[in-house]
Amino acid sequence: MKVAVLKGGRSLERGVSLRSGARVEDAVERLGHEPIPVDAGGDMVKRLTAASPDVAFVAMHGQGGEDGTAQELLEILGIPFTGPGVAACARCMDKVAAKRSLRAAGVPTPDWFAFSETAFRELGAADALGALGERLGFPLVVKPSRGGSALGVKFAASWFEVPEALVSAFSYDDRVLLERFVEGRELAVSVLGSEPLPVVEAIPADGDRFDFEARYEIGRTEFVCPAQLSADETSAVTAAALRAYDELGCSGFSRVDLILAADAPQVLEVNAVPGLTDTSLLPQAAEAAGLSFEELVERILDLALQPAPA
Amino acid sequence: MVEPPHRRRAHTRTRDLERYAGLFAERTGVMRSSAMRDLMAITARPEVISLAGGLPDTSTFPAGTFAAQMTRIAQESAAEALQYGPTEGFAETVDCILQVMGAEGMLPDPDDVIVTTGGQQAIDLVCKTLLDPGDVVICEAPTYPGAVPVFCSYQAEVVQIDCDADGMRIEQLEEVLARLDGEGRRPKFVYSVPSFQNPAGVTLSLERRRRLVELARERELLVVEDNPYGLLRFGGEPLPPLYQLEGGDFVIYVGTFSKILSPGIRLGWAVAPPPVMEKIVLGKQASDLCTSTLTQYFVREYFAEGRWREYVESLVGIYRARRDAMLAALREHFPAEATWTEPEGGLFIWATLPGYIDSSDLLAKALREDVAFVPGQAAYAEEGRGRSSMRLNFSGVGEAEIREGIRRIGVAVAEQVELYGALTGDGQSAEHSPGMPGRSQAEPGSPVADAPWEDMPADSKTKPLSGPGHDLIPPGPDKGAVLPFRKKENTG
Repeated sequence: MKVAVLKGGRSLERGVSLRSGARVEDAVERLGHEPIPVDAGGDMVKRLTAASPDVAFVAMHGQGGEDGTAQELLEILGIPFTGPGVAACARCMDKVAAKRSLRAAGVPTPDWFAFSETAFRELGAADALGALGERLGFPLVVKPSRGGSALGVKFAASWFEVPEALVSAFSYDDRVLLERFVEGRELAVSVLGSEPLPVVEAIPADGDRFDFEARYEIGRTEFVCPAQLSADETSAVTAAALRAYDELGCSGFSRVDLILAADAPQVLEVNAVPGLTDTSLLPQAAEAAGLSFEELVERILDLALQPAPA
Repeated sequence: MVEPPHRRRAHTRTRDLERYAGLFAERTGVMRSSAMRDLMAITARPEVISLAGGLPDTSTFPAGTFAAQMTRIAQESAAEALQYGPTEGFAETVDCILQVMGAEGMLPDPDDVIVTTGGQQAIDLVCKTLLDPGDVVICEAPTYPGAVPVFCSYQAEVVQIDCDADGMRIEQLEEVLARLDGEGRRPKFVYSVPSFQNPAGVTLSLERRRRLVELARERELLVVEDNPYGLLRFGGEPLPPLYQLEGGDFVIYVGTFSKILSPGIRLGWAVAPPPVMEKIVLGKQASDLCTSTLTQYFVREYFAEGRWREYVESLVGIYRARRDAMLAALREHFPAEATWTEPEGGLFIWATLPGYIDSSDLLAKALREDVAFVPGQAAYAEEGRGRSSMRLNFSGVGEAEIREGIRRIGVAVAEQVELYGALTGDGQSAEHSPGMPGRSQAEPGSPVADAPWEDMPADSKTKPLSGPGHDLIPPGPDKGAVLPFRKKENTG
């Protein structure tokens, strides 16, 4: 079987994607298939047409590869592909759209307000920030709506940090959200097909939840899998993750990030195409479930080749 | 192309990572990967105009000369050129080094010279020779981004002294030395790039050079002078290197062929007093036995031709035009709130934007427009400093690309300035009405009880850099403090 492995692209997460892709190619080969590495660029369609693969493994993260763009092209070319479809990718990539869907479906997610750059430039949205702070409280989290990993995500401990945080977030997208900061344990639930994998917990080594850089630094964040949770907590977290996954229309595999607050889990976001590198959370969770990386890749390929549910 | 399967390493599992984690040396704990590093990975895309690298232009080096010299080496000295050489380097290479140093007025004893694998190895060997974990190293703020990881890998504590348009502020150095005295600590050395500094482009004034050398003698304090760019002067009077002013007792000199010939040949050197040199040689022996024989032969042949000064002069002409193009573009495209240095030589300009702009985030925005630079924080050991600054390289790409690159960055900056203005009601002023958010000086997570901007005059980041006394970066709250070691990216 010929497996095109789509990776790289122009996204800011190109580096991570190249590492995910290389690892997938390796696994595809070990599984006895023929990997066709494709660094997504201007010649992607030409290369896919020429190679006519049986299936495409999408190992691209961030804009272009995780937002439905590449998936749409694959649909047009009639090439089955891994992970969620066009609509689900587009919804997951846009945190504001995702949170609206989740809220409408009754899936708990922290309170937020979304602003476009136009609102500030042309409609005087800055004057609304005062009221908004009272509603969300401090600290609050400022995020680009469509942004990968922790890029452009800032905490604002007070009013005075909000404009700077907004300027940073608007560097990544023309829409940002200000989100209530929810204190709690940071968890990730990867879903494979319709099955949740064991919960991963991220524990910042020096207790610094305000430093997103820490997540990138080996040794500054410890990941525990399976997370030390009670049976009740595990089922609540897993149920919330599955509901979010279904609500956003995900299929194949995805990763749901949550905060386990004192009362209940809250869904932060769903990563349509989560990282697959040596240190990524989905492979860790799969390993905890007894699946080797090859087995994980094989299962993801099988899901992509299954006939779509009627 | 797919590599044959037998060459592939099995992928790493979580368990493997855990297994190795127990084996890593403590010093690897400060070596870190970062989001910024991933961003820098994108700058390698061919369509990106990169003002990020520190690359000299090697495109004008005559290919015919290169071919003829390598052919001659192959025909006349193949066996020797393919053999090991002495750890200290060949005497003929040292002769070439003496010519280069002589061009700046220095006359070292040939026995004090060791040939190294680039200037970077010279810095590494000096650290290897002098530093124990916890030792204090003093350097400029900002400093060469590639030096910080070296200091950190020897677990040094890095203290940075602010620079202004005349280079390192020596009075601040004296304050820090006095404070360290009070703590009973003695810095192992002061690291400085006195001429056309990387990354700031500034040059240490003659008066400050004299004072630094006096301090070194009075206090028996070692100064490591890293001088890769001294011969790349576009205008103004040459200044004597610290090594020449001091005489070589307390100055360890680091030089390189990278910027006057080629970085690809990996040839640099160190000059140190005999007792220090003895240890450096032992360190070099342990590191790599000797510097590449082949490239030493190449340099010998190249210098024998006698035209190396001509080539340097041609580079000076190229870089001068590129610097001028960049300065003109900055004046045209950067907002009034921005400041930048005007180097008389070297490869870099250091630009500083209003404090509310984070240059790492700006890089993400700039990359969408296919242009790249180095965010300023890479030049600081202390986290959070240099956030609003950027290093711009003008040697690596042509004038048209420089103009276009600066224009694109300028557009991105102007958008952020305008947005901040819309957010605060006034982007230029630090005056804010109650309830209206303003520029923050607070650390994340700390309570902000009082108006935090009051001790920060509105124009403190917007004066042109015209003379001494004006920091390149407004000092942070812990100016000159002894810092825990941190590893940053090597972006040089």
